[in-house]
Amino acid sequence: MSDLTDLGVAAIREGVAKGDFTATEVAGAFNAAVAEAQPALNAFITLTPEKALEAAAAVDSDRAAGKPLGKLAGVPIGMKDLFATTGTTTTAASNILGNFVPPYESTVSQKLWDAGAGMLGKLNLDQFAMGSSNETSAFGNVVSPWRREGSDAQLAPGGSSGGSSAAVSARIAPAATGTDTGGSIRQPAAFTGISGIKPTYGRCSRWGIVAFASSLDQAGPMARDVRDCAIMLEAMAGFDPKDSTSLDMPVPEWAANLNADLRGKKVGIPREYRMDGMDTDVARTWDEGIAWLKDAGAEIVDINLAHTKYALPAYYIIAPAEASSNLARYDGVRYGLRDLPQGAGLQDMYAATRAAGFGAEVKRRIMIGTYVLSAGFYDAYYTQAQKVRTLISRDFMDAFQTVDVILAPTAPTAAFGLGEMVSDPLAMYLNDVFAVPASLAGLPAMSVPAGLDRQGLPLGLQLIGRPFDEQGVLDAGLAIEARAGFTARPAKWW
Amino acid sequence: MSDYRIQGATGEWEVVVGLEVHAQISTQSKLFSGAATAFGAEPNTQVSLVDAAMPGMLPVPNRECIRQAVRTGLAINAQINKWSRFDRKNYFYADLPQGYQISQLYHPIVGEGSLEVQLDDKNPESTKTIGIERIHVEQDAGKLMHDQHPTMSYVDLNRSGVALMEIVSRPDMRSPAEAGAYLAKLRTILRYVGSCDGNMDQGSMRADVNVSVRKPGEPFGTRTETKNVNSVRFVMAVVEQEAKRQVALIEDGGKVVQETRLYDPDRNETRSMRSKEDAHDYRYFPDPDLLPVELDDAFVEECRASLPELPDAKRHRYETVLGLSPYNAGVLTAEVETSRWFEALLAQSAAQQGKPESEVAKQAANWLTSELFGALNKLGKGLLESPVSPEAGGELLALVGKGTISGSAAKQVLEIMLETGDAPGVIVEREGLTQTSDTGAIEAAVDAVLAANAEKVAQYKGGKEALFGFFVGQTMKAMQGKGNPQLVNEVLKAKLA
Repeated sequence: MSDLTDLGVAAIREGVAKGDFTATEVAGAFNAAVAEAQPALNAFITLTPEKALEAAAAVDSDRAAGKPLGKLAGVPIGMKDLFATTGTTTTAASNILGNFVPPYESTVSQKLWDAGAGMLGKLNLDQFAMGSSNETSAFGNVVSPWRREGSDAQLAPGGSSGGSSAAVSARIAPAATGTDTGGSIRQPAAFTGISGIKPTYGRCSRWGIVAFASSLDQAGPMARDVRDCAIMLEAMAGFDPKDSTSLDMPVPEWAANLNADLRGKKVGIPREYRMDGMDTDVARTWDEGIAWLKDAGAEIVDINLAHTKYALPAYYIIAPAEASSNLARYDGVRYGLRDLPQGAGLQDMYAATRAAGFGAEVKRRIMIGTYVLSAGFYDAYYTQAQKVRTLISRDFMDAFQTVDVILAPTAPTAAFGLGEMVSDPLAMYLNDVFAVPASLAGLPAMSVPAGLDRQGLPLGLQLIGRPFDEQGVLDAGLAIEARAGFTARPAKWW
Repeated sequence: MSDYRIQGATGEWEVVVGLEVHAQISTQSKLFSGAATAFGAEPNTQVSLVDAAMPGMLPVPNRECIRQAVRTGLAINAQINKWSRFDRKNYFYADLPQGYQISQLYHPIVGEGSLEVQLDDKNPESTKTIGIERIHVEQDAGKLMHDQHPTMSYVDLNRSGVALMEIVSRPDMRSPAEAGAYLAKLRTILRYVGSCDGNMDQGSMRADVNVSVRKPGEPFGTRTETKNVNSVRFVMAVVEQEAKRQVALIEDGGKVVQETRLYDPDRNETRSMRSKEDAHDYRYFPDPDLLPVELDDAFVEECRASLPELPDAKRHRYETVLGLSPYNAGVLTAEVETSRWFEALLAQSAAQQGKPESEVAKQAANWLTSELFGALNKLGKGLLESPVSPEAGGELLALVGKGTISGSAAKQVLEIMLETGDAPGVIVEREGLTQTSDTGAIEAAVDAVLAANAEKVAQYKGGKEALFGFFVGQTMKAMQGKGNPQLVNEVLKAKLA
């Protein structure tokens, strides 16, 4: 049964439905793989093998009873520990929520369970999803299963969904949930040679997801290939009256409609993304991607996204501004950590609790956010950043007058080593330079694996689509996937 | 123009007042959650996951709160902003679970409006228009309880997230009386509209009172803001005390500082709470969890159509259509319950007499404002606790109007109604209070009285007209008090002519 962990979402679903194997066997195989890898990779914060088995048993008995099976029947998945799960600790990788057990289930996770998925555990992440390397987790960093050729230096799995990317690429989970605020699905997917899609803002309900930056946060799937992403996204998406920003639109059948034939489609190549001193492997992979899409029948069009260079600064004003307010609720009064020094009053309790509970990067962003919203600086920073955001959206809308989808690298480099960037937050932030513009514009965007760099590490290509056109993004992703022939996987060293 | 002045050592001072009124919107559930809003519930029994700001919880606007704010805006003839937005006001406090209050700073739902106050009940000319700058919708905070534990404070989140309207006036008031009249009128309008119950003693309406002083004609002085004043009387007291304090301070060579103050009703004085220097920087910004509130014309028109007749219009109709005195019209429209009671009374009385309301309105108004109010006053009861229903009152008025009983018998019947709750017809029957309007019987009685008092008749005809009352008395006595007094008078006059 050991090869069950080589299967992805579609294959497991099909095998369970046909009776090739049981959901319980699948859950058992992945539970074992998780247990074996956990000490080395630290991809999970909480393991829930019993949850995976419970869901599998329900699927097996439904199948035996001849009941219809859900889209994800028998598929055990990893759940990023930002999604509230009833009765299971939900930490956001922060000490301030270290002991928090929600009495409620996030809309997205509930939809996944309703579709027949089971939970292997709660995946590690950057604290409150703030980070690009998973090193800001209060529960220790995740180690990427990937290694450079001829080196055993530990690498970052990307972030913030680093537990998700590590688990899927290490074949200890067939798929995982991620959330993407400024690249947190796409960059880790690119770092680990897997696929991940951030749908249009509002496709997936934010209800029950610990908030980082409300106007940017969006959940999405991370899986081995494009089809698996499409299947899982169908289960995750949908209107939720409990989220005012949720899109009230039907969920298309993305998987059934997948079509890699791009004849008649136009693909935009943004000039501004080709930066001076660009990594040569990244540039080469991008050129290959262009050739593959041409081969798939698409017409290639150069486009301008003139305000791209302002995206990152705008993002690092808007996201921390929202975060500084969203994280005010962690005050030690009602739940989570409380640090009440002897004789302390309310203000002392706030200070002590938040000092002990938040990690350095979270504190940094709260400080930045508080600063940019404060009287006297608001217009210079926050208002200005919102204007930039509008201009960036307009750039995209103008481009989409001509093109159907945009192709760009996902990240400026392959995975970096753990500890290489932690002392330089700005260098770390630059990792999101290609991912952030689509986030600011709320557009669907995905990363698909495209090749390896000179050190044998995966590189991803990013596809950005029109609002609500996840189909166009998935189709172009599929066209690349079909031509890239990406079969590399990390050698098991754990 | 108000001529209210504070006499200082350096001459006369004028007070300038603006009010920010927080009015709880009367809805079953909170502004952004489904939790209930009932007053007086056990602590923390009306708290949803959203109100407690659990991780990942999101606000969803309650459409009814938006509707009530729009209706209120229309009732003060205000600009309705078809596009408004919620902002976050950030600060830390234990009664504020989110760490921010969702409010509307930059784009309120209601813009410029106004209302008219009458400063003297008896003088319809004493009106003044007070400008209203805006109404915005926001969340209330929870409540801290400091008396539950020797060293700790408890938090009750029942109020957390309850919908409030903040109604911000222009600094248009110039006396305690104007401030009081404005607040009372605003409360009346809110109650008519039904958007707020106006119960200041339950905290569902409270005012922040902004006061400054200046020499007449000079620019505005520095203002202070006295928070959470919870009655009309206290608002008037705050204006008076704060104006006096500021005048004394300035004349002593001091300076008024912009600060937040609290009113202590026991000592009738305001006290400094915090100064502008340690004021919060609230870091307002648009709430990214919420979409802008966009209203279409149909929605606004539906709100407009749903408005009841408002106090000013009603008062005007009472005066012009029903012919009531300005005073009675004012009294009967000051509270929506009073006008509802009056209109039910009037409808019943008119129906039973088969007359149009305009013909019997004065009778109903006079009876209600003098007879019933007086009687209830003695019993220490309000109109809503009246043992006499408007229908029973209408029946009583019809008995008088149709001449079945006399006015004085009606007073007697009312007393019995208040005691027993019996219907007026039953009482009249039981007590034998029906009066005689049979002209033949009255004429016979009059003839008998005149015949028996020929001497006095002669004196009367000789000019001693004061004897007329004697004849009336004798006739009523002969008829055991049941003669219709009006007819008795008429017959006597005719016979003595």
